[in-house]
Amino acid sequence: MPTTAAPVRSGSLDQLLAAKEIVVSCGSGGVGKTTLAAAAATMAAVRQGGKVLVVTVDPAKRLANALGVEGIGNEETRVPTAAFSDAGITPRGELWAAMLDTKQSWDALVRRHAPNDRTASEILANPLYQNVSGRFVQSHDYIAMERLYEIHNKGIYDLIVVDTPPSRNAIDFLEAPERMADFFSSRLLRWLIVPYRSRVVNFASRPFYQVADRILGTQFLQDIAEFFMLFQTMYDGFVKRANAVERLLHERRTTFMVVSTLEAAPLREAEQFIEVMSAKGFHLGAVVLNKVLPDYMRSDRSAEVAGRLRARSDELSEALAPGLAAPAQIHRVLDELAESFLNFQVVACREAEQQAELAVTPEVVASVPYFDTDIYDLAGLVRLGERIWS
Amino acid sequence: MPADILERKLLFVTGKGGVGKTTVASSLALLAANRGKRTLLCEIDAKGAIADALETGRTRFQPTEVHPRLWAMSMDTEASLREYLRLNLRVPVVGRIGPIARAFEFVATAAPGVREILVVGKLCYEVRERNWDLVVVDAPPTGHVIGELAAPQAINDLVSIGPVRQQTGWMLDILSDPFLTGLCIVATPEEMPVNETIELAARVRSETSVSLAAIVVNRVLPELFGRGEEAVFDALAEPDRAAALAKAVDGDVQPVLDGAGLAVTLRRTGATHLERLRAQVDSAVPLLYVPYLFARSHGLRATRQVAEALSAELGY
Repeated sequence: MPTTAAPVRSGSLDQLLAAKEIVVSCGSGGVGKTTLAAAAATMAAVRQGGKVLVVTVDPAKRLANALGVEGIGNEETRVPTAAFSDAGITPRGELWAAMLDTKQSWDALVRRHAPNDRTASEILANPLYQNVSGRFVQSHDYIAMERLYEIHNKGIYDLIVVDTPPSRNAIDFLEAPERMADFFSSRLLRWLIVPYRSRVVNFASRPFYQVADRILGTQFLQDIAEFFMLFQTMYDGFVKRANAVERLLHERRTTFMVVSTLEAAPLREAEQFIEVMSAKGFHLGAVVLNKVLPDYMRSDRSAEVAGRLRARSDELSEALAPGLAAPAQIHRVLDELAESFLNFQVVACREAEQQAELAVTPEVVASVPYFDTDIYDLAGLVRLGERIWS
Repeated sequence: MPADILERKLLFVTGKGGVGKTTVASSLALLAANRGKRTLLCEIDAKGAIADALETGRTRFQPTEVHPRLWAMSMDTEASLREYLRLNLRVPVVGRIGPIARAFEFVATAAPGVREILVVGKLCYEVRERNWDLVVVDAPPTGHVIGELAAPQAINDLVSIGPVRQQTGWMLDILSDPFLTGLCIVATPEEMPVNETIELAARVRSETSVSLAAIVVNRVLPELFGRGEEAVFDALAEPDRAAALAKAVDGDVQPVLDGAGLAVTLRRTGATHLERLRAQVDSAVPLLYVPYLFARSHGLRATRQVAEALSAELGY
């Protein structure tokens, strides 16, 4: 459908992706950040060449669907050239994809950081760990970044596009490494891993510990303590890694692409996210507004035309009736399409106002129109990518 | 399962981010209050979304009446812990609970389900004490709600004795009774929200004891043309007729025709997703449709309009 999608500021996504090694796609749930991450990576592979990887944590397997590839897993998989040729595309480079499995990645992390195999096995077998590894301190957020760091370190890819996990809040993602480091250095953790007997002696008079014992029961506290004692052996590795991950995200070769729709709630979250990003010194590369109604829907002149179509639908339907349909039916169709245009115009104007209120200055602002079908293959991703590319 | 979703005592409302979950939760609460029920609306994430939807001041842990028979509160784990200690353990909580809460926060981060149990525990407590006719919860989005609803069972499995074990026992009784508790999933007629709804419906059944009370489909676009009318529209869009129309109204009609074409496409795409939704969830679960609101997307006016639509869908 006809619409303009030209970026309103100087840079382009083309330039941004040519200049950076890591692009992190963020935004609140349901705005299309996974699809846009996949579209950006596909475009880079098609147009710029090199080895491009897109990583997602999306549990809904959206990425695999959009790439038209079944069974993308925790390990990076190359999108087969056949998938491109089926879509009539000859890419200059290679496109790779991975879908993060949080549990598998945590297990791998434990094996890497544990001082020996025995401790690793004990941690992996601990019931608390098994229960926890799925949602331990924003574990999706942390593990996504940890994995990003690992892949980037291998130096295999020219560009890595990361889709962030569906957090309660996009900001959680930025704070995950910091929180992980804090967690392992906290005083309470140290208290918990003191053997139970001396804990009672040392802290018996303090109200928290009495309360904790009464609420959770001594046995449960013991279980937690044991778990942390095992975990503590990985302390150095974890903290060092968390700090390194945080540094990588701050480097010049890393940039963020914030995705939002123009609805009130996602837009507000995007604004808050951008504020926090700038306060923490991350690089905001692009803001992509998704599912934007086309510009022509805002035109006053078209609204007047719609108004006249409705006002004169009596005589118009009589005039058009011969060889077409009963006047009453034409009348209804004219009324409906005029009414529909005026309805959507209200939405389009509201969107334009909200877009104007997005008071930030990233290098690139792009908007993506509504597509007539959902994106489910490489051809669709390229079609979408072209909208945001230059 | 009761026929009417508002006949339950505890209703969790969830959905993929951005589908209008808070608006639907607020409008269900508003509708219940308007129908004479003493209703409590509780926000879990404390983002202030309920305050926006009902245009009230900021909500707190202590419920405030924001509309006749409608009280609103926002969950606060520290306050909930304080209340729990006071009511259940008779631990004297003097002065600031800050250090205890912080330490507790830490244990809650590390131990599965501890924070969730304070949240769900407070809600179940309100139901057990019969403080309200209905408690509506603006719950976390789809990715997180299972953790919340499954927490009492998880804790029940991990903790073998003591007061927490007893707590989770009666909480489970309330949560697993379909006459008392239900989950309502909000979706929009789009691919991803529908996929997530189908997946969540299956997980709710396999991983929790909570019953699925209804699926609310929000932002359903109106059907533009009836039987045979689409052919008329297509004919009108043909070059000669479009030109005749343009001449008659003295202006370019193409954008108006394009706009209607877009509306038809969006509606049609949405309809295919809804067919998939209907085919893949238990047919006993009612689907309630809320039309797309062109004039307002949020605020009290939108909440009232959604409440009206739901009222019609429920046959009131």
